[in-house]
Amino acid sequence: MDISKADKIAYSYKGERGLDEKLIREISAMKQEPEWMLEKRLAAYKVYLSKPIPKWGGDISPVHFENIYYYLKPAVTEKKSWNDVPKAIKNTFERIGVPQAEQELLAGVKGQYDSEVVYGSLKKTLAKKGVLFLSMDEALKLYPDIVKKYFGTIVPMGDNKLAALNTAVWSGGSFVYVPKGVKVELPLQAYFRINSENAGQFERTLIVVEEGASVHYIEGCSAPSFSSASLHAAVVEVIVKKKAKVAYTTVQNWYKNIYNLVTKRAWVDEGGEMRWVDGNLGSALTMKYPSCVLAGDGAKGEMLSIAWAGKGQHQDTGAKMIHLAPNTTSQITSKSISKNGGRTSYRGMIQINKGAVGARSMVVCDALILDEFSRSDTYPLNKIFEEDVILEHEAVVSRVSEEQLLYLMSRGLSQHEAEAMIVNGFLEPVMKEIPMEYAVEMNRLVELEMEGSVG
Amino acid sequence: MLKISNLKVNIEEKEILKKINLSIKEGEVLALMGPNGSGKSSLASTIIGNPKYEVTKGKIDFEGENILSMTSDQRANKGIYLAFQYPVAIPGVTVREMLLTALRAKYKEIKISALELKRTIENEAEKLHLSNELLNRGLNEGFSGGEKKKMEILQMRILKPRLLILDEIDSGLDIDALATIAKNVAEMVKENKMSVLVITHYQRILNYLIPDRVAVMKDGRIVENGGKEVANRLEKHGYK
Repeated sequence: MDISKADKIAYSYKGERGLDEKLIREISAMKQEPEWMLEKRLAAYKVYLSKPIPKWGGDISPVHFENIYYYLKPAVTEKKSWNDVPKAIKNTFERIGVPQAEQELLAGVKGQYDSEVVYGSLKKTLAKKGVLFLSMDEALKLYPDIVKKYFGTIVPMGDNKLAALNTAVWSGGSFVYVPKGVKVELPLQAYFRINSENAGQFERTLIVVEEGASVHYIEGCSAPSFSSASLHAAVVEVIVKKKAKVAYTTVQNWYKNIYNLVTKRAWVDEGGEMRWVDGNLGSALTMKYPSCVLAGDGAKGEMLSIAWAGKGQHQDTGAKMIHLAPNTTSQITSKSISKNGGRTSYRGMIQINKGAVGARSMVVCDALILDEFSRSDTYPLNKIFEEDVILEHEAVVSRVSEEQLLYLMSRGLSQHEAEAMIVNGFLEPVMKEIPMEYAVEMNRLVELEMEGSVG
Repeated sequence: MLKISNLKVNIEEKEILKKINLSIKEGEVLALMGPNGSGKSSLASTIIGNPKYEVTKGKIDFEGENILSMTSDQRANKGIYLAFQYPVAIPGVTVREMLLTALRAKYKEIKISALELKRTIENEAEKLHLSNELLNRGLNEGFSGGEKKKMEILQMRILKPRLLILDEIDSGLDIDALATIAKNVAEMVKENKMSVLVITHYQRILNYLIPDRVAVMKDGRIVENGGKEVANRLEKHGYK
């Protein structure tokens, strides 16, 4: 079975292409949402219309916003048991190894097709401790107070055009709540799939981790091969309370005509730790800059990212670290590779506000360019308003040198083996920080890319 | 084993090797001496197939086959090995990973055990007085000059070539390191009948690795052939 083919599944709702107020009201009504959410959606829609399409970053002109299906509902409700999941969907999950991983390595799983979550589970022991792992729609029904308290507080609707769009038409996504002091030892995983041509996926994820608690959330993304552009515009909000720890890992392997425009941000209180791990291998264009607002004394933010840009791809990625409090620390490690005309950009911002005494930030971005047709750029921005801080920035752009190739080939490695070895060596410092099963997957994807067997 | 006939080589349109004739027999140690810029290292680069060096005339036969149309990896897998004068660093790739891939490329039908290879490498490292810590680092990453040269010899011991080319292996080495390297090379000559082309500016290494013959290069040409006495004379009187 090939995950680059669309699965044949039935849809119970497939509205008109394009977006208007009527559709937003329909979505909200179908989901039987509280009035305040509908109001938020409608307000966000106005913000969306008022903002221009971003001119910086990548070229999003191939996305025809009027041509997109903004809401596509598969004709299945969320299943709690694996046996109840329709076969076509099950096959895709099996192909990417979700059920095996669930048994062995994960504490909980969510699977979303287009607009809705179709499968979900959570280990009973965690549920007993009060851990919640729900789709956002479910959470809004069952825990409206928690959702209302945090929704849109970290990424407000006015943040950017795509965040406003997401707020207006969001559907699905994960809701994670970890009560005070509870440590979730195994990761929670969500899998997102865009299964229809011209489908937009606008999932909304909210993670709230209370004082001293910890969790690792992992998401994987894929889509079949379509001939025209589709859009993925997610919003992720993470709240890391005092001394809590959150890791958020993404392995994005969207098909190469998906436009992936995502806003991810975490709020980190005193002594809390937020770590983003981001692997961007697929999509036509990704614009994504996961951020940490380091709001409490000693809060820590970290970003580890790998970007791969092959033919026709542009990975415009980076991170933002905003230091508001004393003794906050941040570290950004970005590794990118471009090949066959691909383009990578590192776009990052470090802001250290007045009063953030003793803040420290370290940025390392390395780019590897594999041939003369490919490109890499670095756009760092530092806004420093406090004097007693340490900021280090290192950026290296390198090419695979002819000497390195000759050296390895003179040991008997073919040119292909030599290139792959140099690339793996380049990624090694980040790979060893990524959970084992994902590192294996990333390595496999990188090797496939090196062989050029993935279209 | 190796026979170079009427070889002419250009680099960026400029002729740097002018009609070279040279041969090495199985198990023979040939010292190639000469002043800086005489073309010794260019000859080594040409033998291993560095694409920057363009052969305009002549041929290189290795074990009866003209290797000029072969890529560097094909030549390596036929048994030619160059210990580089300036080994380049490969960040994030350990010598273990590299040798495992190289051995698997060379012996496609034989299963290579990664664990066994690890032990063999550790064993060879000990013989060369190379610390274990270096084996876990990226290849040549932050190595001293001497450590790089020893790592070249270590790889050679594992890959077991038929022909070893030592390109200025003695530059930047102390006497102890030089003696260790020479001993490891001499063992391979004795046990495996490996042939060696020792490229050197100085005669120093030849006190530890006794050559069967000595050839002298100057301005891209071989100007003298002889025995060990040629090296001794050059040591005393220098290149004229």
